This record gives sequence, C-alpha cells and structure tokens, in this order.
Amino acid sequence: MVEFALPKNSRVVPGKTFGASRDATEVRKFKIYRYNPDTGSNPSLDTFEVDIGSCGPMVLDAMIKIKNEVDPTLTFRRSCREGVCGSCALNIDGTNTLACTKPISDIKGDVKIYPLPHMSIIKDLVCDLNQAYAQYQNIRPFLWTETPAPNRERLQSREDRERLDGLWECILCFCCQTSCPSYWWNGDRYMGPAVLLQAYRWIADSRDEHTWFRLDRLDDSFRLFRCHTIMNCTNTCPKGLNPGKAIAEIKKSLVKRL
Amino acid sequence: MDVRSMNMRSHLSRVRGLGANHIGVHHFWVQRITAIALIPLMVWFMIEALQLVNASHEAFVFWVGSDYNPVLLGLLIVFSFYHGQLGLQVIIEDYVRNEGYKITLIITIKLFALAVAICSLFSVMRLTFKVLL
Repeated sequence: MVEFALPKNSRVVPGKTFGASRDATEVRKFKIYRYNPDTGSNPSLDTFEVDIGSCGPMVLDAMIKIKNEVDPTLTFRRSCREGVCGSCALNIDGTNTLACTKPISDIKGDVKIYPLPHMSIIKDLVCDLNQAYAQYQNIRPFLWTETPAPNRERLQSREDRERLDGLWECILCFCCQTSCPSYWWNGDRYMGPAVLLQAYRWIADSRDEHTWFRLDRLDDSFRLFRCHTIMNCTNTCPKGLNPGKAIAEIKKSLVKRL
Repeated sequence: MDVRSMNMRSHLSRVRGLGANHIGVHHFWVQRITAIALIPLMVWFMIEALQLVNASHEAFVFWVGSDYNPVLLGLLIVFSFYHGQLGLQVIIEDYVRNEGYKITLIITIKLFALAVAICSLFSVMRLTFKVLL
C-alpha cells in the first residue's frame, strides 16, 4: 500500500536553536528542515531567530542571511533571486512556492521551510530531481519537424502563438509536480503536472510536426491519466499558470482522435 | 547502499519503462460516457424508489415488470456496475504498489462486478416474466 507515515529514519526530530543577536530590532523565527546524509541521523527541524529589520523582504533573503551569518552548512539551491530560474522551490508555510518571491510578511507565526514534498533528500533543502528531469527529457521538449528548415523564421499565426501563452512561462521549478498526490504515489510512472504542461506546450505548438507521436506516448493509464483533476498544481504554481488545464487539453486531444 | 542506487538503469530508461499502454483514453472516455448515462437513470430510479418505499411485495414486482421499467433497470444495472468497476480499478492503481496485490484485486473486482450485474439482470428478468406470464 501507499506509505502514509514516514519510515523510521525519516521522522523529523527537534533540532538546534540559534538565537538572534542582542541588537536585533524585529525577530522572526524560521524553522528549517535539516538533513545531513553523512551523519546517518534523522532529519531535524532547526530554529533560527532572524532579525527581519536587517534583512531583505523575501524568505530567500532570510535564508541567505542565515547561511552568511549563522550557519554556513545550511544547504539549499538558489540562483536568480527573482522568480525566473526556479531553483529555490521549497515548501514554505505549508505550500510549495519560490523562496525568492515569497514575502516573509505574508506568513503568520513561525516561518516553516521544508524541501519539496515526497522527494528523496540529498541534503537539507536540496531534493533529488533526477526522475523529474528524465521525465522532462522523455517528452522531447523541443520543436521536432521533418520538413527541411526554411531560410527564415517558421511562420505562426497570431492565434497559434497565443495558444502557447500560459505554457511557455513555466520555469520548471517543480512546485506543482511535487504538490500532486498522484505524483507522490506513482511518480515512477505518472509524468506529473510540470512535465505534462511542458508536453502540452509542444503539442499546442502549430510549428511542431509530431503532435501525433507526442499524444501516442501520453495515451497511458499512468503517464497521463493518473491526473484526477484535484488542481493542487494550479493552486500552488508560483507563476500563476494552470497545469490542470493543460492536462485537460491533452485529454481532450486524445478523445478527439478516438 | 539503498535500493535506488542499486538500480543500475539510467533515470531515462526507468521513466520510459515498458512504454505507453494505449488504454488510458479509452478507460477515461468510457468512464465519462457511463457517468453521463447514469445521471438521468439515477434520477428516474430515485424518484420511483421513493414512491415504492411502503409498497407491498406484489406492487413492487408489478413495478419491476411493467412499462419500460425492466429496460431502464437493465440499463441502470449495466452502466452502474461497469462504471463502478472502472472507478475502483483507478483507486487500486492509485494506492496499491505491490503488483501481485494490484492485479489480484483488479481481477477480483471485475469478476465480482460482472457476477453481481448478471445476477441483478437475471432477477429483473424473472420478475418481469412473473408479471408478463
């Protein structure tokens, strides 16, 4: 059956507390998931008291402050710090989102920061995304044509181009992917919302010549049809996209060719 | 070393697995068709059943066998059991990880639905013939 409880060695135990400096003006508590594979001990929840007065407005700002000033071993991914690269996707205050675009002021009480749910953890907040990347690779995320390339741009009507809006903006942060219970239980076979949105991005592209092939590979009771339209993906997307709708469009395309 | 790292296959090979089974959309479509068909049938059945709450056995048997009732009951039985076993199959596929348990449960549910549906159809037929003969 599905594992509803964490295995013994994954249970989160209380961790260390790091107090704020005496000259702090406004203190907020950050509770952050820690796991070090080298020690062999259980993951823990460390508490960091951070002076918000001397810190940027976003959750990522506080995390960088902690790493710089309190505990340099705190491990997380981050790069662009403006919601474009998708590296700092984390479970913050119970919701998957980007630490760099989540204001600390939006959160009431302690700021709880966990890695993306139901993924293997490499260290602290860094999870293993190899499976998701392989799934992305498997949908062949590029224009795939047989007609020889023209000497100029491949033309597309304004309407055809508009069909890609709401799809191309995806930054592959996998917030939606890891918010989906179907992906938790059957991630080895179900493609997940992020990858399906990307698959639809190429199915919907009027310039692509392998729509049929892309649909063929998705007509599977696990790859696509584990989606039961609970819409966690759409609710959690930090870019405001709608993977649930993209998945529904793929299903519609498959029904059309029945 | 954990089970994952003992698996020497590449991530892409694991994700591709045995390929697409090409039955996804058929299952999805039939589930929706039976669901749509069940809406009017269920409304009809509930209205009729409420009127039969205090009816005698004879009145009930007469109801089953008269008018278009046996036909509508037959459709209700076929669609609801077909729809039900499709839905249960999805739930089992969602939550049961062990392949052995999974296939056993799915086969059991499909055979059980078929058996109960045939018993129900046979009962409607018997009552109908009682009324007609």
